[in-house]
Amino acid sequence: MEKSGSADSLGSKRSSSRQPSVDSLTSTNTTRSDRSAHLRSAVSPDAASARTDLGAEVLKESSRIAEGELQLLPRESVQDTASDVTYICPFLGAIRGSLTVTNYRLFFKCLDKDPAFVLDLPVGVISRVEKIGAISAQGEVSFGLVCKDIRNLRFAHRYQEGSLKKSIFELVNKFAFPVSNALRMFAFEYGQPFPENGWKVYDPLAEYKRQGLPNESWRITKANEHYDVCETYPATLVVPANIPDEELKRVAAFRAKGRIPVLSWIHPETQATVTRCSQPMVGVNGKRSKEDEKHLQAIMDANAQSHKLFIFDARPPVNAAANKMKGGGFESEDAYQNAELVFLDIHNIHVMRESLRKLKEVVYPNIEESHWLSNLESTHWLEHIKLILAGALRIADKVESGKTSVVVHCSDGWDRTAQLSSLAMLMLDGFYRTLRGFQVLVEKEWLSFGHRFQLRIGHGDRNHTDADRSPVFLQFIDCVWQMTRQFPAAFEFNEFFLITILDHLYSCLFGTFLCNSEQQRLEEDLPKRTVSLWSYINSQHEEFTNPLYVDYANHVLYPVVSMRHLELWVGYYIRWNPRMRPQEPLHQHYRELLAKRAELQRKVEELQREVAGRAAVAPPEKAGSPAGSPVQTCV
Amino acid sequence: MLSTLGGGGGKPAKPSFVSYVTPEEINQTEKECSRKEKHPDLLPGEVIFCSAGPVLKSIKDDLFQRVVYGTLLCTNFRVSFISDEAPSDEEAAQLFKNKLYGENDIPLTCVDHIYGGFDDKKKLIISGFVKNKYPSKIIVCCKDLRLFHFSLAYAKEEDAKKIFQGIVYHCLEPKSLKCVFAFSYGEKTLLNKENQTKPKTVMFDTSEDWAQEIKRTKGNCKLISNNADFSISAKLPQFFIVPTHVTQEDLTKFDGKGIPIWCWSHHSGCALFKTASLPLMQEDASSQLYKSYMEGMLNAVAQTHLYSVKTEELSDSLPTVQDIQQSYSKFKQFFLLDNTNDFWMTDVKWFSSLEGSCWLDIIRQCLAKAVEVVECLEKENTNVLIMEEEGSDLCCVISSLVQLMFDPYYRTLGGFQSLIQKEWVMGGHRFLDRCNHLHLKDKEQSQAPVFLLFLESVWQLQQQYPPAFQFSETYLTVLSDSIDVSVFSTFLFNSPHHMASIAKAMLEPGQRSPVNWPTVWDWSVQFDSRAQDFFINPLYMERSRQDKAPRKMPRPKHQRHQSLPSSAFKFSPSAKKGFLKDETDSLKKMLRVKRLSRWMNSPDSAQASTREFFVAWQRRPLDYHGLLLPCLEGPTLRLWSQRYLRWIPEAQIFGGGSITILKKLADLLAEVQDLRGNLDRQACRADFNHQGVVARAKSSIQLSSAFPFTMPRSRSFKPAIPIGPLHSLITDSLADQEDEENLGIV
Repeated sequence: MEKSGSADSLGSKRSSSRQPSVDSLTSTNTTRSDRSAHLRSAVSPDAASARTDLGAEVLKESSRIAEGELQLLPRESVQDTASDVTYICPFLGAIRGSLTVTNYRLFFKCLDKDPAFVLDLPVGVISRVEKIGAISAQGEVSFGLVCKDIRNLRFAHRYQEGSLKKSIFELVNKFAFPVSNALRMFAFEYGQPFPENGWKVYDPLAEYKRQGLPNESWRITKANEHYDVCETYPATLVVPANIPDEELKRVAAFRAKGRIPVLSWIHPETQATVTRCSQPMVGVNGKRSKEDEKHLQAIMDANAQSHKLFIFDARPPVNAAANKMKGGGFESEDAYQNAELVFLDIHNIHVMRESLRKLKEVVYPNIEESHWLSNLESTHWLEHIKLILAGALRIADKVESGKTSVVVHCSDGWDRTAQLSSLAMLMLDGFYRTLRGFQVLVEKEWLSFGHRFQLRIGHGDRNHTDADRSPVFLQFIDCVWQMTRQFPAAFEFNEFFLITILDHLYSCLFGTFLCNSEQQRLEEDLPKRTVSLWSYINSQHEEFTNPLYVDYANHVLYPVVSMRHLELWVGYYIRWNPRMRPQEPLHQHYRELLAKRAELQRKVEELQREVAGRAAVAPPEKAGSPAGSPVQTCV
Repeated sequence: MLSTLGGGGGKPAKPSFVSYVTPEEINQTEKECSRKEKHPDLLPGEVIFCSAGPVLKSIKDDLFQRVVYGTLLCTNFRVSFISDEAPSDEEAAQLFKNKLYGENDIPLTCVDHIYGGFDDKKKLIISGFVKNKYPSKIIVCCKDLRLFHFSLAYAKEEDAKKIFQGIVYHCLEPKSLKCVFAFSYGEKTLLNKENQTKPKTVMFDTSEDWAQEIKRTKGNCKLISNNADFSISAKLPQFFIVPTHVTQEDLTKFDGKGIPIWCWSHHSGCALFKTASLPLMQEDASSQLYKSYMEGMLNAVAQTHLYSVKTEELSDSLPTVQDIQQSYSKFKQFFLLDNTNDFWMTDVKWFSSLEGSCWLDIIRQCLAKAVEVVECLEKENTNVLIMEEEGSDLCCVISSLVQLMFDPYYRTLGGFQSLIQKEWVMGGHRFLDRCNHLHLKDKEQSQAPVFLLFLESVWQLQQQYPPAFQFSETYLTVLSDSIDVSVFSTFLFNSPHHMASIAKAMLEPGQRSPVNWPTVWDWSVQFDSRAQDFFINPLYMERSRQDKAPRKMPRPKHQRHQSLPSSAFKFSPSAKKGFLKDETDSLKKMLRVKRLSRWMNSPDSAQASTREFFVAWQRRPLDYHGLLLPCLEGPTLRLWSQRYLRWIPEAQIFGGGSITILKKLADLLAEVQDLRGNLDRQACRADFNHQGVVARAKSSIQLSSAFPFTMPRSRSFKPAIPIGPLHSLITDSLADQEDEENLGIV
């Protein structure tokens, strides 16, 4: 079935946008409006999923989307519409149209243009609404919207002085920041049913079972069932078999925020493990903990292949040392015999936030052609990506080639640690490179182990200068994208999947990325009250699958972490620029080939059957004679 | 015999084997086992000059440095290292074997630089005569970016001296053209002319080829065929096409300069011409003559189609040949890395280094200029005359790029080869001087990788629109390598006249038949047919039958006539666009404008107009068989990683790279073809063979991104872990901050 205005895979979507050939000056926005429509469609699974269910009726629906009609989601309600708003597009110039604000989205359309120009974004992506300058001579006020998805939008509209009617942008301000305005997030309103419940994608016991756990060296514990060992950890933990639960509490006392070393992944053959935790509370006096030392020894002993343990501290050594002043620090090799400590030099959340800010300056709205490369370099963004990937690579190498168990931590063990453990697991285990496996990975290493999404993203929070915000998860997805670039056939999911995850990281349509920990999610009853992003994705997984996928099975992926192979993710960071033509969709071509092969195979079988049938009636003249069989030469 | 020594350089950290045998002992054992004669399989006409052994070659196997013993030879074709180790007989390694030279051979003309290693110092070698000590190591940098380290420490002193001098002499000293291997090779091989290239390549060495070409593009110009003996000019090919109004007298005036040579005709009827420009700017007696001649020529160009004309002096806006050479010399250094340490050290400032070399920027400028010309032809339907001093460097780059963007025929393998024949070989690009294969001191100034620049630009286009090209990236890489294999006539001469006169001279001493140098297009000289399969791009979308119907352009010609002013020149409506100059008035005026325009003409306005043209084009549905325009925004121009990174082990993605999809696609295509074949056969008989499909399904997981040029050797692959300073210093107070400041907030 042909989809016109909705979530097709990224590439093919864009190519189809080229179909209507309009030779007017205004039609530059085919691409643009299309992309907005595309975002919208990504954001309105109702249309998409309904389509799979309801066929013809949906066709109408999607064609209406193409016309630039606002399609409301369940329980989405229009709050206000202002006509005569000017959108000052950095690429197309000023566009006059109407602006509608709902409790979920901001919808701007201009029907004078052909094709219609549409800008459709969830208010959740807005990090800041600001009035720019004073009222102009024409009586207009300007508003700037700074967005979390690497773009800034600027609008102007006539301001009726003295009128009681509030500016529509005050409404934007209200609905973009429900937390600050004591409103409910839209995720709690939205109740779209999906055939699959994404909250069930990750079952810790099933995942550990897949890994072969529990086994003689590792046990599954419910010690944290009530989140009293560590409130930011999940209820189900895997710890060394010979460490009893009561000792875990004493280990927790020695680890920052009680985040004890627990298993993330175990090598199916060598039993080498990836374990994660937070920094030890060593302090200036070099405090030690017998229980912690015993715990790490037990982790090492659980792997008979190696008599060594590698501790990867994600931080630069200077920062790790500075933490001693605050009671933290790192393991001394005296206290932890047979352990080797390696620093991975990854910087903190503030450096990352600043780097992304610089990157946005360089890529949006315009790119300076002649200094593009040095400008890119000056943002250090790819350098940070390189360091994170390099860290994960070293971990994967130690586990795979060195057959040695590793312990990973940073300060608190929920930012850099999550990046490193999940990327290392992605390199080591082909399961996580499947569409569902990746969901499990995110649910496990990021959500259940307490990456503080609410704080890092600032869902619905007006305080855009909050120092706790940082693009840690974005960096992880960027690293994954870098790996998909280097191994285009090794991942079951496609680029559109990664972009969709990032779009809904901010949209607040789904409950998946709300709250900071498993405990909070249960308190808020998110699985009951909200829809999971995975429900949406798994209900139309063909949109998100890579047709070039080859099952690499047990093959370990070692990406090349040199700048020579790292590149800026144009499809995400520069997607708003209409001049950046996206890479043409090779996948489309590939799908055609697959279809052709299937068709030919079917025909061959058909004919074979036919021939066999005939042979049964009359004996074949020379069938099966070696001389007759065509010899294939292979490439 | 296989022996391994501890890390021969780079990073000694990895404990490797330690040799407890002294060099003398090694020598003895070598002698004892009476080293069997080690000869490479010599090519016809190949002669060994000198050899020495044992020589150690250090290689990096999956990032570990080790050494291999062997013999080093120098022949009249190559420097060759014959390893004592058994050759790797892996099927994959054999798959893409070059029949002329192997992985341990360096064609003499492929040598770029030679360094001598003195203890731990490295010195550039410029002549074979060394004052004091001969270097114990030879480091050879190749033009195809391979890097060889040979140690002569264990060879006999006089052998070492001889081989060093021999290599340096034959690789670096000036020599005469006759010493180039193609001459010995050509004498000894008989080429069957019939065995022409598989995809038909038009050679443009007959008047029929040209007539056919002008018919194909529906051009309206006249074919000149009385230069067959180069009586008009030695600078022009034997056959060429000019505007109909150019008279016989015009042709012979300035030794071929100033004559507008037809390149290609647009479907609207306007055409692209190129010429070697006359020195118009000089203020001397002859300049007046030149000017009036040029005016006449422009008239001729315009009257052919009664169109307006735009001229473009390429040297005004594009980098000079020297700039190109300088930029490339800087650029290529990034890929000639001695060791792992260098690799990671240069990684930190990688992007700014790339930018500093300007190489990508030069490619961008060429593509942008080509787009400008395309715009004139497509949007404004003006005739375009591009010129530069010799009319055979940037003129070739721009005219071929324009044709490649317009004409889908040139994006097929055969068409592309024909294009190079037409524009470059017959167009008189001075391959010999630009490559300076003869190492002539007085030609050093003219050395420049202009043809490579063209291939780079094609690669960028191909990268952006893979389904539009029938040939693959591997094809382009191999073609770029072939420039420096001194066997092919294609890249051996400065002009058709040069080639003809050499051939004639060769014929004189009573030879039986004229020398037949193979052209590079006869790929069977280098690769067997299985290897040639890699030249085909599996993503290419062949034009389906119904598309093949000729596109009728509904541009009514009479409309043009109506709007014509009485003069031959038409005022172009877009006078604002001053980059390509309108020939609206007398030449004198044009020249004045031109001078002014050097200062006045802000390139921004042209850029803006071109950008607008691009955006308008982008809005239309993409047709892989129609006009293609490259996107020139910063992030879209990329490094040709196959060509430049293929020999660097640290940069190889094991089990990855675009090859994984391309291979899968190629397999799939072949499978579909097989099935189709089966289907045809099945229609009449019952046999069916599944084997081909099964055998082909060899996993791409075992390949690396450098496939098919290098193969990962061992199964246990080690990742390249960055070493050294990873950070360019981040001096930022943020770095010292704590991750969590306000812990209370949830």
